Amino acid sequence: MNSYERDHEAVRRLLASCRPAVPPGVAARAAGRGRRLLHARRAVCALGWALLVAAAVAFCVWAALTEPWTARPPGTAPPWDDW
Amino acid sequence: MREGRAARTARRDREFDAFVAGAGGRLLRTATLLTCDAAAAERLLVPALAGTYAAWDRLGGDDPYDVARQELVARFARSSWRHRRPGGGLLRRLSPRERLVVVLRLSEGVAEEQAAAGLGLSPERVRVVCARAVAALCAPAPAGPAAP
Repeated sequence: MNSYERDHEAVRRLLASCRPAVPPGVAARAAGRGRRLLHARRAVCALGWALLVAAAVAFCVWAALTEPWTARPPGTAPPWDDW
Repeated sequence: MREGRAARTARRDREFDAFVAGAGGRLLRTATLLTCDAAAAERLLVPALAGTYAAWDRLGGDDPYDVARQELVARFARSSWRHRRPGGGLLRRLSPRERLVVVLRLSEGVAEEQAAAGLGLSPERVRVVCARAVAALCAPAPAGPAAP
């Protein structure tokens, strides 16, 4: 074993010697926070869908009222043929 | 539909509790080594676990431990400027980036390429930083102003 591997092994042992105790309630706190995060994400998603549907409905109503696909009346001078 | 969601939440809670009971100690060790402080480690660990909980249904076949560790490392990397001058801890002599590399490579056993990809560095750079950190840790005594 060369000095490089020896040093790495020593550091690995040093890191393995750190064994903190998990405080009680960490899982419950994390789960509660994660649940709130999920709810918030779901709410944002629902809001986005609602906006999208509202925009689609508004467009359909506007299109039905104004019928932009019909030909506009000609804007040129009216026919004049009694001369 | 509502029944299904309640059942899914109950199952998720059960699986998540089992996961934290099994992997919480190892994740807390990673957080403690990174932050050099027990309270800061807990402040880092709880949001990372919450993110893992929120992603639980979308894990697919992924290992939740990997997801939690990635979340932990990403959060530490974003807030590392706060941990520049740690008070104590095993790795207090190292910079936040050196701590990240040493913990990922030697404590977690992550492959060099994977650690490099996770940290946004090149594999050569990871090797150099790791060697420098190991040399600093194996040096006989902190020289000069490092020890208050």
